[in-house]
Amino acid sequence: MPEAAANPADYELAADHPLRRTGRLGLVVGLIALAALGFAAMESPTQFFRSYLVAYLYWIGIALGSLVILMIQHVTGGPWGVRIRRTLEAGTRTLPLLALLFVPIAFGVHELFEWSHASAVAKDEVLQHKSPYLNEPFFLMRAAGYFVVWLTLMFFLNRWSQQQDARGHTPSLGRKMTLLSRGGIVLYALTVTFASVDWGMSLEPHWFSTMYGVLFAGGQLLSAMAFAIAISARLVDRKPISDVIGVTCFHDLGKLMLAFVMLWAYFAFSQFLIIYAGNLPEEIPYYLNRLAGGWEYVGLAVLLFHFALPFASLLSRRLKQNAPRLAMLAVFVLLVRYVDTYWLVTPAFSPKDFVLHWQDLAAFVGLGGIWLATFVRQLQKRPLLPLHDPELA
Amino acid sequence: MERTLYGMIAEFNSPQELIDASKAAHDEGYTHLDAYSPYPIEEVCEAIGLHGNKLPLIVLLGGIAGGLFGYGLQYWTTVIDYPLNLGGKPFHTWPMFVPVTFECIILFGALSAVVGMIALNGLPMPYHPVFNAPNFERASSDGFFLCIEATDPKFDKEKTRGFLARLQPQQVSEVED
Repeated sequence: MPEAAANPADYELAADHPLRRTGRLGLVVGLIALAALGFAAMESPTQFFRSYLVAYLYWIGIALGSLVILMIQHVTGGPWGVRIRRTLEAGTRTLPLLALLFVPIAFGVHELFEWSHASAVAKDEVLQHKSPYLNEPFFLMRAAGYFVVWLTLMFFLNRWSQQQDARGHTPSLGRKMTLLSRGGIVLYALTVTFASVDWGMSLEPHWFSTMYGVLFAGGQLLSAMAFAIAISARLVDRKPISDVIGVTCFHDLGKLMLAFVMLWAYFAFSQFLIIYAGNLPEEIPYYLNRLAGGWEYVGLAVLLFHFALPFASLLSRRLKQNAPRLAMLAVFVLLVRYVDTYWLVTPAFSPKDFVLHWQDLAAFVGLGGIWLATFVRQLQKRPLLPLHDPELA
Repeated sequence: MERTLYGMIAEFNSPQELIDASKAAHDEGYTHLDAYSPYPIEEVCEAIGLHGNKLPLIVLLGGIAGGLFGYGLQYWTTVIDYPLNLGGKPFHTWPMFVPVTFECIILFGALSAVVGMIALNGLPMPYHPVFNAPNFERASSDGFFLCIEATDPKFDKEKTRGFLARLQPQQVSEVED
């Protein structure tokens, strides 16, 4: 346990910590991939925007998941939350970068969304009825609104956390963080639901599912928890962090990851079952497009590796208590999260016909590289544990 | 009538003392141990080696049996016994079978956990010698007890009493069978 006498500098990311190298590597590789992507964008802008959107939805999922888990742990408390709080906070501080990275999508609305074409809307009565919501100015205004909400929550939660470091914990500071988080969780639920409708569901503007928003949120929770586990397992390679984040903590985090795997599976299967049972002409094409022409194998991979394998592995107490093994599984889950995002988005552009373009991978690596670099930069700015939090004292 | 000895019990005031005592007894080589506390203490279970029990296996088998039962019930009713054409779907509509199968896994798993727990604990048990220990009612409120049973190969009335006394408990007492 860190005592009041503990030196905060001991709890910072060491100058020779391998994570710093990962961050630098991410920056270099990311910039190269983005440069290649930029050249390709001039050749085939349509493919660029499609690849970019999938990668963007994937990486913002980790940041937003970090935001909501951060708020949940402010409300619930518990020894696990305070131990991964700095990882989550650094994850949320990548949101300004992600707001900036949204700009290409704003320019790509025409390439991505059928409803933005006046000629398509003129021919289609359903799109005409949806046009008060699905139109370009309102789409961009909503996106700006989401970022205002997310950046505001991020700003205050991080600021108060910094004040806790600088001046010590006061009951009023704790109360402020809890109060904002309570409202913030509700705001997160609303904004992520609308954002998922805008950025994902409206790619197929005739189709709708009331499960879509929570499915997105469930995926974000899982992404962020897996990411926090992967990072924490690398932070405990040296003292004094390893004295605080111990076996019990990884056991708890593993249990939470199991819960999020099951939550995601519950959402994903519920949506599938309702649409399958209804078998309605406006709903069923979503799955017909995703279960033919090669996509069915991707769907099967999602079932096996996004649910069955992590679920069965995480039942084991010994795996959850073994930080390196748990982190390996977490990284695996993070990779499969991309497969799931890809299966969710790309069949909208290429129904019943599996495609994988090199730009898809370049966008994943490019956005991921600079995202990781930003994350590590933010992580090294503050002590890796909120030392004055009463939960640690 | 002469009474036989069930074991030697030490009474502690705090969970930490019980944890330390359990570890010390384990390190000393005692294997037939049991600890009594008002609430579960994870570290004590680790120290006296309580985790290697058969309950998880029983629950797993119960869950598998439940899954087979749930799926089989639906298969038999909708495919064999009373096939109905529902919306043109095949009789063997496996996605629709998943929720009931899942619920049966949970139901059978949970019931096997309860029944397995009762059976493995040897319940109902109207008499247990440890209740003869003085102050033992504190184990349900604020007392923490460690008992070394007489069946332990290392058990020796005087040596075991001396060992427990060195752990500085509130008191050490003999438990009669």
